[in-house]
Amino acid sequence: MKKNLKYRLLVVLLITGVCIYLFVPPSKKLNLGLDLRGGIHLVLQVVIHDALLAEAEQVRDRIDGQLREKEVAFSESRTVDKANSPEIEIRGVPPDAQPAVEQQLRDYSSSWTFQTRFGDNQVDYVLQMVPAVRKALAQQTVAQARETIRNRIDQYGVAEPSITVYGSGDVPDQIIVELPGVDDPGRVINLIKSTARLELKLVHPEKSNPFSSQESAIQAFGGKLPEGYGVLPYRDINETGGQTQYLVVRKAPSVTGRHLKNARRSQDSFTGRAEVSFFLNTEGVDLFSRTTEQNVGNRLAIVLDDEVRSAPVIESKIASDSARITGTFSSEQAEDLALVLRSGALPARISILENRIVGPSLGMDSIRSGIMASLVGMGLVLLAMVIVYRLAGVNAIICLIINVLILLGVLGYFRATLTLPGIAGIILTIGMAVDANILIFERIKEELRLGKTVRSAVEAGFNRVFTTILDTNITTLIAAVFLFQFGTGPIRGFAITLAVGLIANVFAATFVSRAIFDWYLQRREVVKLSI
Amino acid sequence: MEIFANPKIDWLGKKWIFLGISAFLAVAGLVSILTKGLNLGIDFTGGTLVYVKFREEPRLDQLRSALASAGIKAEEVTRYGDPDEHQVQIRMARIATEATQDLSLESNKIIEALRGQFDKGAPAGGVDLNNISRSSLTQQLQQMDPEGFGKRASVSDTAQHYTDLANRIIDYRTEQGGVIRNFSELSGAGVPAPVIKALEQRAYLGNFTVVSVESVGPKVGNELQTRARNAILASLVGMLIYIAFRFKPIYGVAGVIALFHDVFITVGLFSLTGKEISLNVIAALLTLVGYSINDTIVIFDRVRENLKLVRRADLATIINLSVNQTLNRTILTSGMTFLAVMALYLFGGDVLNGFSFALVIGIIIGCYSTLAIASPVVLWWQTYQDRRNKAAKAATA
Repeated sequence: MKKNLKYRLLVVLLITGVCIYLFVPPSKKLNLGLDLRGGIHLVLQVVIHDALLAEAEQVRDRIDGQLREKEVAFSESRTVDKANSPEIEIRGVPPDAQPAVEQQLRDYSSSWTFQTRFGDNQVDYVLQMVPAVRKALAQQTVAQARETIRNRIDQYGVAEPSITVYGSGDVPDQIIVELPGVDDPGRVINLIKSTARLELKLVHPEKSNPFSSQESAIQAFGGKLPEGYGVLPYRDINETGGQTQYLVVRKAPSVTGRHLKNARRSQDSFTGRAEVSFFLNTEGVDLFSRTTEQNVGNRLAIVLDDEVRSAPVIESKIASDSARITGTFSSEQAEDLALVLRSGALPARISILENRIVGPSLGMDSIRSGIMASLVGMGLVLLAMVIVYRLAGVNAIICLIINVLILLGVLGYFRATLTLPGIAGIILTIGMAVDANILIFERIKEELRLGKTVRSAVEAGFNRVFTTILDTNITTLIAAVFLFQFGTGPIRGFAITLAVGLIANVFAATFVSRAIFDWYLQRREVVKLSI
Repeated sequence: MEIFANPKIDWLGKKWIFLGISAFLAVAGLVSILTKGLNLGIDFTGGTLVYVKFREEPRLDQLRSALASAGIKAEEVTRYGDPDEHQVQIRMARIATEATQDLSLESNKIIEALRGQFDKGAPAGGVDLNNISRSSLTQQLQQMDPEGFGKRASVSDTAQHYTDLANRIIDYRTEQGGVIRNFSELSGAGVPAPVIKALEQRAYLGNFTVVSVESVGPKVGNELQTRARNAILASLVGMLIYIAFRFKPIYGVAGVIALFHDVFITVGLFSLTGKEISLNVIAALLTLVGYSINDTIVIFDRVRENLKLVRRADLATIINLSVNQTLNRTILTSGMTFLAVMALYLFGGDVLNGFSFALVIGIIIGCYSTLAIASPVVLWWQTYQDRRNKAAKAATA
């Protein structure tokens, strides 16, 4: 018994020591959550449909080209935007051309299946994406978006960002971005969500002047744009005076952001205005020089996210590897644009589902009030325990302190993030920790009233209520698990502190408290217990 | 110390009083929920909430008219927190649909409107020292180089010097709760005079600062409502199964009826008081489900023990005995947790107000419901069973 007790006390001291080591100093071992440090919490949704549509358009373009090359007869091909997955249609195929079309389509059968729709003496083919391929593409899109966002945030420089994919559907399509300490939310949100799709597109050679509206641009071509051309808004500080005008440009880009090697902020040597220079890789330089060579006298539009930024006239073949994006940038904006161009385009648009910004002063207030409430709560509980239970109350206090130390130690070990609700969880743990002590003490009192000796009353007190303590803690633990499932961020922080606190509580109230009682009773003959 | 030395209260005899109180609270809550509804936070409704702090006493009428003239339909413009802190909360329902509009734009619109109203006199192109970010301030200081550091020291030393200085200014601002009231304060924070002078020329002190912004899209809100409801229901079912497994099925049912009673009355009180139900409040309700079952378990446990010890007595007597035997414990444990939660309610700050309110109410109701609801349900069921068994015996005899 005596030897056994020594080991038990040793275990208690050891665990307490380890836990203190694990969380001291708290400023280094415990991470503060966004709500305490200030920062941004964003829930983004990747518009996967964008990527599916782009893929469909690309495949359609390829099939169209191949069929034309083989001189297979058909009236038109088009991409049809359907809610869940886009479809490709090859329309108006005469009966004698069907075998040739079907043979061509079979090349794509691993990712696109086709069905036939019969009309008057002609057939339409409808292609649908294979579900597994669609899923893979969706996953790839989300992963790529996440990578791009991470890249941008890393380049901007945020300590300890957290970027996680989240969602409940077939393919999780939400990205949760948590950026502690960021105090420039507008700028960072722009960095994250700009698609940054850079393209160089040729302006229609005959009608290359800007139009005042989209309608007038279409009107100029007699109500229907020529095949392969589209209208894009055009804003250029020098040319349009900052007003929005419209240009008719080729849909297919000559050079894209994929051909980018680097981008950086630069300065116009005449005006001193900030601008962005970008540099093409070898393949890009090749495409660029070929395009400029073949289109001398035409205009080449520099398009960023479907908006023409400038459209200079090609004077001669350009073999250089660099070009500039001009505009009314502040130097910060130019810096940011260069950054997003360097990090690559997002594979799809991103919409912001949730946006929370916590200023640092609010976080500091929260920490202050959290600490205040913890101290007051702990003080009140300690005082009440000593008033009610005298010396046994001191036992409970030691248990409570060890309980809180274990809780902090475990949080420190797992590098858990402490949130404001997490602090509330600690306070709640303080309140609930003594519950088990009370349960035991009350039982001991009852046993004493029945006339048992001190030692056997203590023994009975602990043994009789052990299962009850287990039951009560397990039910609360069940609730904490559901809480964890339900919540994100701060709420999860609360669920974790609550759960860890409960487990520490069982240990403190049974093992630690018992060891202290035994130690106390071992040393002297106690006739009347101070309880 | 004993609270009740040897209580002999006939709890079950007073069940009609208890049930009357519960029925009254439940009906009041229900009526309020049906007529007034619940004040759901933007976590659930979707919308935008902007908290701003002003340098001086804010004029709410000016604020409202500034928002109105910017075409912003603010649902609510209210003061919050300590009045000396000059803080205002602006709530705006979401108008835009998810696909077309960007969430961050809405809070920007509010902030722009406020800037137009309250920082009218700000110098064009000047930077607002009360809203500027750390990195921007660093950059500004480096550009201005008010201490002429650039001529004397290396580029990296200069950069370091002004980074430190910017940090000092921003940290001071944070210390002051986000607002610097006048430039002269800065000298107290250790900012050299030439820097203050330069700042006075290039920067201005905005009349407000943005404390925090919360924007939630309608999709997230709807999803959260469903998830909150499911989480509470699932945890109730979890309790039911656990207690049914550890005791008897009827004990589980009785326990969960009591829990449902607690949650319902607490939510009803949120409706009655018009307090906002936020994400944190749901967390509190879930915690409540896990906590308030404890009393019930302790009493059920004692009932089970006494059923073995006192074979002669009927169930009503045993339940009364068990409740009385554990009464001190019930009051003390709830009392201790109540103390902790009360500290949280009084000192925990505005963010946790709803959370701690739910727990303060919930702990009282939870303590009471064990005595008033769970025990009678078990007794009724047992009496009903006995009567049926008797009838069955009589029929076979």
